[in-house]
Amino acid sequence: MNWELVVEYAPLFAEAARVTLFISVGGIVCALLVGLAVAVARLWHVPLLSQVGVAYVEVARNTPSLVQLFFLYFGLPKVGIVLSPEACAIACLAFLGGGYMAEAFRSALESVPPIQHESAQVLGLTRSQAFMRVVLPQAMAQATPALVANVVFLVKESSVVSGIALADLMYVAKDIIGQSYDTAEALFLLVVFYAVILVPISALGSVVEGRFADGR
Amino acid sequence: MGAEFLFQGATIQRLLAGLGVTLRISLLSVGLSIPLGVLMGMLFMRRNPVLRAVLRVYLDFIRVMPQLVLLFLVFFGSATAFGLNFSGEVASVIVFTAWGAAELGDLVRAALESIPRSQYDSAFALGLTSRQTFLRVVLPQALRRLLPPSVNLVTRIIKTTSLCMLIGVVEVVRVGQQIIDFNRFDYPQSALWTYAVLALLYFVICWPLSLLSRWLEKRSSS
Repeated sequence: MNWELVVEYAPLFAEAARVTLFISVGGIVCALLVGLAVAVARLWHVPLLSQVGVAYVEVARNTPSLVQLFFLYFGLPKVGIVLSPEACAIACLAFLGGGYMAEAFRSALESVPPIQHESAQVLGLTRSQAFMRVVLPQAMAQATPALVANVVFLVKESSVVSGIALADLMYVAKDIIGQSYDTAEALFLLVVFYAVILVPISALGSVVEGRFADGR
Repeated sequence: MGAEFLFQGATIQRLLAGLGVTLRISLLSVGLSIPLGVLMGMLFMRRNPVLRAVLRVYLDFIRVMPQLVLLFLVFFGSATAFGLNFSGEVASVIVFTAWGAAELGDLVRAALESIPRSQYDSAFALGLTSRQTFLRVVLPQALRRLLPPSVNLVTRIIKTTSLCMLIGVVEVVRVGQQIIDFNRFDYPQSALWTYAVLALLYFVICWPLSLLSRWLEKRSSS
């Protein structure tokens, strides 16, 4: 390992880490919104939306993210929907992650006993108040460990966006290996940068899980 | 519709051949993961702190790194570090076996740890040997907990093998790309249809497994 090269390449990886983080954060925020919307549609048995939600969750969870990404990036332009690579990457993580987040929210929402909702209504809260102030806070506490696990999963899955030439960590590593054969240095930096991003989140996940396990 | 190309020439046969490579990598990895994972899980149960720490580091490393990074490490890294030139497919099987064994090892550990101490004590009190206790008391209960997440792990491995194309393996997604390139001028919409068909192929394989996993889960919890 040539440490001078490691120092030389580090800024490239720092720049790429920003791309990875930008896409991951964007995708995760959208996935949380999609997931919550689908879970609520299923909880309230909203006609049509809940059926579409069920089908969507199955498709999102049972197809590879790479195929989803290629469909969005190479397939959709054929019917006139052209998105930038960044938008495609975020949409892909939102689609994939939305399915996983929906399941996490759904099982958490179902774990809140119906009597909570009923009691809230008896006390005069409207349906939306009962949901926002009574059911959702309890469900969120239940869902947090699964949501954090999904966040780690989605940051890892963001590595596929190198497949559509977005300059994320994977792409920069591949570029250096292809151009200069500094394989050891590129792989070292790749692992270090992913570890710096992922180890804290995954450690946070263990702490959160431990806390909720103690609470039960 | 622009999808006629799917039924022309050898398109479907080629896709199925690509799917064969996908399944070959997946099943080989799953097959190798099972004994290694069970071994890992049982080594975890040994109360040896050094062994436990080593396994922990291995498991955490495999878990925290994106699978694509692991593929790069084995495919490009092994040549630089050890002078070993693996083909893309061999590198893929190594990575998915290492990953599958780590995940399965953790599942086996969790399943074995979930068996209460009283089960062992009762079995010994009834005069069963430790071998009998393991085979007849612990294993059947552990298997019931182990099966649903393990089936799920198989679908995750199958889906993730799509990444092998990024290190040059000609599996089903790469075959799809070749078909798109071939039909680029005659059927400009081929990308849309081919990726839809690829998604469908994965779905047809993974969805039944997901349903099976859920059914097993429900059965074991009731």
